[in-house]
Amino acid sequence: MYEHDVIVVGAGGAGLRAAVAADEAGADVALVSKLHPVRSHTGAAEGGINAALREGDDWELHAYDTMKGSDYLADAPAVETLTQDSPEDTITLEHWGMPFSREEDGRVSQRPFGGLSFPRTTYAGAETGHHLLHVMYEQVVKRGIQVYDEWYVMDLATTDEDDPNERECHGVVAYDVQSGNVEGFKANDGVILATGGPGQAFDHTTNAVSCTGDGHAMAYRAGAPLEDMEFIQFHPTSLPSTGVLISEGVRGEGGILYNNDGERFMFEHGYANNDGELASRDVVARAELTEVQEGRGVNDEYVHLDMRHLGEERILDRLENILHLAEDFEGVDGLIEPMPVKPGQHYAMGGIEVDENGQTCIDGLYAAGECACVSVHGGNRLGGNALPELIVFGKRAGRHAAGDDLGEPQIRTGYGDDVEDETDTELPVQPGSAGLDGSGGVAADGGMTADAEGILERQVESAREHVDYLMEKDTGVQHAEIRQKLQNAMTDYVNVFRTEEGVKKALKLIRECREEYQDVYVDDPSRTFNTDLQQTIETRNLIDVAETIALGALVRNEFRGAHWRQENQIRDDENWLKHTLISWEEGEPKIFYRPVILEGEDKTYEPKDRSY
Amino acid sequence: MSTQQQEPEQPESQETPKDPEMKGAESPVDEKEKETGEIDQTTADETELEGETVLIKVFRYDPEVADKQEPRFDEFHVPFEKGMTVLDAVMYARDHYDSSLTFRHSCRQAVCGSDAFFVNGKQRLGCKTQMADLEHPVRIEPLPHQEVVKDLVVDMDHFYDQMHTVEPYLQQDDLPTGDLEEQRQSRENREKIKMSTRCIWCGACMSSCNIAAGDNEYLGPAAINKAYRFAMDDREDEEVKEHRLRIIEQEHGVWRCQTQFSCTEVCPKDIPLTEHIQELKREAVKKNLKFW
Repeated sequence: MYEHDVIVVGAGGAGLRAAVAADEAGADVALVSKLHPVRSHTGAAEGGINAALREGDDWELHAYDTMKGSDYLADAPAVETLTQDSPEDTITLEHWGMPFSREEDGRVSQRPFGGLSFPRTTYAGAETGHHLLHVMYEQVVKRGIQVYDEWYVMDLATTDEDDPNERECHGVVAYDVQSGNVEGFKANDGVILATGGPGQAFDHTTNAVSCTGDGHAMAYRAGAPLEDMEFIQFHPTSLPSTGVLISEGVRGEGGILYNNDGERFMFEHGYANNDGELASRDVVARAELTEVQEGRGVNDEYVHLDMRHLGEERILDRLENILHLAEDFEGVDGLIEPMPVKPGQHYAMGGIEVDENGQTCIDGLYAAGECACVSVHGGNRLGGNALPELIVFGKRAGRHAAGDDLGEPQIRTGYGDDVEDETDTELPVQPGSAGLDGSGGVAADGGMTADAEGILERQVESAREHVDYLMEKDTGVQHAEIRQKLQNAMTDYVNVFRTEEGVKKALKLIRECREEYQDVYVDDPSRTFNTDLQQTIETRNLIDVAETIALGALVRNEFRGAHWRQENQIRDDENWLKHTLISWEEGEPKIFYRPVILEGEDKTYEPKDRSY
Repeated sequence: MSTQQQEPEQPESQETPKDPEMKGAESPVDEKEKETGEIDQTTADETELEGETVLIKVFRYDPEVADKQEPRFDEFHVPFEKGMTVLDAVMYARDHYDSSLTFRHSCRQAVCGSDAFFVNGKQRLGCKTQMADLEHPVRIEPLPHQEVVKDLVVDMDHFYDQMHTVEPYLQQDDLPTGDLEEQRQSRENREKIKMSTRCIWCGACMSSCNIAAGDNEYLGPAAINKAYRFAMDDREDEEVKEHRLRIIEQEHGVWRCQTQFSCTEVCPKDIPLTEHIQELKREAVKKNLKFW
């Protein structure tokens, strides 16, 4: 058994930042990640970091843009924390050596981004995430922070009181990918989940193969609610054949979208008469699909993004990486022809419910980054707001777990007297556990009596049995088949445009995936670097997470941010200024709601029409 | 509801590597073919491949599994699709024929640096290499000069150790005071270090380098490039720069490089590694730093 004060699961931007902060606060911290840190998907972020750094800008403007962008489903205390902390935390990155793009006077450059009232997106070429990830890993090396890389965390070790609010998390169970050994990691002060997004629940995604919602699923099964999971961002400019992302920076610099008739449709078809291509991402994604559905798409599939008029010099200076991506993954030279683009799953606004300090309702369990929902993005995340979330809330979670006092949070977590139960929606199938699938979440018994070591040991034992079971089973279904079916169901029915009928179909298919998973087996007999085993376990996580996305999409019968429902195509503030929460209770999802907090420090953000 | 799983198809044939020494200790070096790795003139046109299957020969080794302890090549016929990369091909083979086929991969867009393989005798990123640009059949092996863990997975620990040796972090304690003040850096200086900051730690350069193959302590192109990235960054002071030069000019540092350009040739991010190494040599000479 390994033991540290703070265990951080995942070593992308949020995890690395949390580890550095916990280290600075004096804790003995370790990172446990299924990838070596520099392989993490933060490295694929292109655009930049929103921070109110310059004269004429301030955090309140950034907060206002973010609340508006969220379609008034973000919690104001979270948004104000983000926008207040982002400038300092961004400058910290510069102090650590991040190679930001520069102005003539040597200061860091900022550029316009969608939905922003000020050009506050601080960037390093079109590869901001790559530099952020590497500079943060450099700080981990500098501080000698322990990294267990290529260790796959399977589950949390939590106590099992009936009320999740009374549970405690004492560590994690992980297996060493290289050797196959399953071991316990005891966390004396806290476990921070920083496992990134669940994009692999979808077929066409900008997310890495590793983005399998592991943290979401572990926290969910341990009793922490998942919040606003139905809010999935579909990025308007991904390459059609692979899903590779083309940065919003292209439009920020002046790139133009055309349909097959050569029309600049964002204006000519009235989708966003003021901001055009730089409207919020959900607006642009829907516009593109509408063009295709109405027969104005190129090859009935995509639209064109043209940046040729920006000129070679400017493109090479600010968007060079985009040229490589378009060339390598679509065979298109962005300097001489427009690039084909279509919406692709990109980001999950929802996630593990946490407060401003990164805490879940389970004592000692934290989450930060894309896997968490504070919530700062609400119904739709603005471009350039993901990276500041990583550094701001990664840092806060790290400090808090290490014992720093960050003050009382305004945001409440877990089931409580301020929530409302879901009662209306009829489900097409029984969601939740299908019965036999081993690792169930909380530790076996004796929540109040067992000590931390005991709980961890039991969980390690159960994980070992689970692995043995999967390895020893000789026949059945393989994960790849189930995963593909799940991804198709989500992309077919829980995409940009959603209908009640479609989402119900998806829930039925997800149920089928769960039942098929009962018969899953691992064909590779080796304990050495068994990716078959790892992907089999990831697939279970994807099923759990996909189900919460579909459940959220079914119950929320309105159109807000990235979530569009055919049956009620308006933002229904009367009924839906509330977060969707789904928690796992005795093997079944329980759905409830918590009102959104629109009251900030000094003012209330009144919901307004969101036009761009 | 259940589905009947069909038996995974066995690879159509197995072939023993030509190098009998290759018992997992090191990946195949003799296999290196005398080809430049540039787009081959003889390759099939993409349109010719459409609707066809392509043949890949993949290196297999697993220290734990009886019939894989002796390294071998498995052949897989993969249906070709426009735009198919080497990574797509091995993923297809894994997901449809043999789920034990093992390789690292994650982002699929040439930024995570996980999937550097030895493809038709050259170090390349699987996700960035189009099948249509290669001579067929396509031979896929783990990176040479590194210990093979299993199939296409090599042990990267030594590579990481070398990267860490050069103190890969900005060393500047004298930071601007006042609220939210960044250090100033000229556009020219940022441009100077730009290419060096693009490294994705894939290890292709180190694997291609004959010197690194013969001298295990040689820092290697990636680590020296990392040192360059900081040594050339004006945000560090002169004395730090000198400290950095002392690290890279030692016996197993820059002077080992014989400017063969193999690293520069294989770098998937087009970093001029050899030039960076040469420039550091000149800097060391200017400062009269010579380890001998």
